[in-house]
Amino acid sequence: MNCFPTVRLTTLATALALSVPLAVSAQVKVGVTIAATGPAASLGIPERNTVSLLPTEIGGQKIEYIVLDDTTDTTVAVRNMRKLITDDKVDVVIGTSVTPGSLAMVDVAGETKTPMISVAANAKIVEPVEGARTWVFKTPQNDQLMAGALADAMVKQNVKTLGFIGYNDAYGDGWLNVITEAAKAKGINVVASERYGRNDTSVTGQTLKLLGAKPDAVLIAGSGTPVALPQRELKGRGYAGIIYQTHGAANSDVLRVCGKDCNDMILPAGPLLVAEQLPDSNPVKKTAIEYKNKYEAKFGEGSINTFGGHMWDAGLLVAEAIPGALKTGAKPGTPEFRAALRDSIEQIKDLPASQGVFTMSDKDHAGLDTRARVIVKVVDGKWTYQPDL
Amino acid sequence: MDTTIALILLQDGILNGAIYALLGLALVLVFLVTRVIFIPQGEFVTFGALTLAFVVNGRMPGTVILLLIAGALVFFLELLSALRSRSMSGLPRKFLVNILIPVAVFFAAPYIVAANLPLWMDVLFSLAVVIPLGPMVYRLAYQPIAEASVLVLLITSVAVHFALTGLGLVFFGPEGWRTPPFMQGEVSLGAVSWSAQTFFVMGACVALILALWAFFGKTLYGRALRATAVNRRGARLVGISTNMSGSLTFTLAAAIGAFSGMLIAPVTTIYYDTGFLIGLKGFVAAIFGGLVSYPVALLGALFIGVLEAFSSFWASAYKEVIVFTMVIPVLLWRSFGSKHVDDEE
Repeated sequence: MNCFPTVRLTTLATALALSVPLAVSAQVKVGVTIAATGPAASLGIPERNTVSLLPTEIGGQKIEYIVLDDTTDTTVAVRNMRKLITDDKVDVVIGTSVTPGSLAMVDVAGETKTPMISVAANAKIVEPVEGARTWVFKTPQNDQLMAGALADAMVKQNVKTLGFIGYNDAYGDGWLNVITEAAKAKGINVVASERYGRNDTSVTGQTLKLLGAKPDAVLIAGSGTPVALPQRELKGRGYAGIIYQTHGAANSDVLRVCGKDCNDMILPAGPLLVAEQLPDSNPVKKTAIEYKNKYEAKFGEGSINTFGGHMWDAGLLVAEAIPGALKTGAKPGTPEFRAALRDSIEQIKDLPASQGVFTMSDKDHAGLDTRARVIVKVVDGKWTYQPDL
Repeated sequence: MDTTIALILLQDGILNGAIYALLGLALVLVFLVTRVIFIPQGEFVTFGALTLAFVVNGRMPGTVILLLIAGALVFFLELLSALRSRSMSGLPRKFLVNILIPVAVFFAAPYIVAANLPLWMDVLFSLAVVIPLGPMVYRLAYQPIAEASVLVLLITSVAVHFALTGLGLVFFGPEGWRTPPFMQGEVSLGAVSWSAQTFFVMGACVALILALWAFFGKTLYGRALRATAVNRRGARLVGISTNMSGSLTFTLAAAIGAFSGMLIAPVTTIYYDTGFLIGLKGFVAAIFGGLVSYPVALLGALFIGVLEAFSSFWASAYKEVIVFTMVIPVLLWRSFGSKHVDDEE
């Protein structure tokens, strides 16, 4: 879509690749393709930033990262991945930021027998673990996991009827499905479902329809700053019920755009968002704070967001798996090493990362459990951990 | 659906429709005078809104640097053509517009951004940053191919659109921004309270339309633009510079775009790529008027705004489908109803 940043990134990546002396060719190469431009740029930019913080050496083995931008375009994501594998001979590919691109990359991973770690959320990327998907892992939490947390919170807050307004794309569709299911299991009815576009300038019609259905609570399913529009409109029209958001709203820019209209909204999120407020006993706290400090030292106070955390966790998985893969005696850059790396990632047990604790297995390539989610409420314009919800 | 809901939707539709109307008018204007289908019109909306949002939030907008670079490029081109034609007479003015003003804006920017000025001064400064980009874009992208076919100009427009969207991402980042409202408060009319901002937007639209009408009807430059619109070659024969006309048109288009952006930025969140969709709806409105009629474009824009508001109530998932499907019957009606006259070279 936006050709300038792509060209710049590619040139930069190529320049970096060329500047490394060829003598140390035994290093592990990690290919990264993310949506640094295009509609998902708000996810891709923190992810790209995070790559620069990832470890460059593990157990005496150098790790090199090659970053490409796929402009949130599925075709470009697949092309990037093929390029990384055939031209750069990477051992593992991380990416891409969104579900459609990641799903398309799965086939390439299976075909070239290259391990891939997606930083997109949809469970379909890794489930069920068979065929090409035996090569694919992912770090973000499933929507189901988050929807379950929301449904639990709704029960605790005595919500009986729920209104839904979400993106008119795969994100909204996915959330409408998982929340309807999770809510039904708890005896909550979804009484109205409305859609809006990321670029819409007004959601008045949808809001009026929601208000007409008089639900106890409304769930807004969007990601990034566009979630502020229905939130403001609902508050502006005097909606008094509880407003829930998805973890797509866990982004400090949302609070900036939304202002005081975002107070009291409740959302499930990765623990990274409220790392400081977690009890010390929480296994995630230490790594989450380490990542947060590193990120903010480089990109400014308050610049952290949870999307970058998924990239950090993907980097941790790779770093954790490399020593195991090296032990098999395979040399980086060979098909044997890629297979060993895949096996090694699958063996990871109880690895605390910034967004949860990973325990991979041959049945589960997402590896997160309920420790990967917390309920957060916005109080006075700040994310506040809600251990009771 | 009761009367209250209908009235609220109507209000929402008119508010959006007024913005589409302004963009539709700008598109008609640009097309008439230069035959350019100006797809990047929407980018001026985002540049205007986001530049203002950055200034208000005390951050340096990247458009200031873009202005500097674009100005230098334009002046370089002008210098080359002056050397080639051995006529330096126009150069001092070009130097003023393309070098001095951007440099002045560049050095004034840190003070304006840091100072806590009233909103209208920030608006004026942001307009001063964004409006000169209009004629610069014309000089760089369109003037060298001004005599090309409509299709070539359209393709150029697509390229300019992508370039400007990409720059928008670099300057403003992927997340959205809002600006404070020009007017606070609510006015209660019958059962529905209308926000003062709605009246401000509508008032500003009417004022702009009247100003355009006066400009075209009463001023020499306006008449020159109209003459160019009627017949480019004829206009040149009577001594109207088509380059000047194009430049002036793009200045107006950029001004209308930037101002529209500032009008809606308090009502909704603006992203670096918001402009395209708004511009596209303005374009649909302009199509209603066959890209020639200002009043029909205006009516079309209001119709689209209201249609959009009501379809978002009844069938929110199909809102865009409904709006853009409207183009097809309109195009059919226009193509059957109009005689095709090709008076181009």
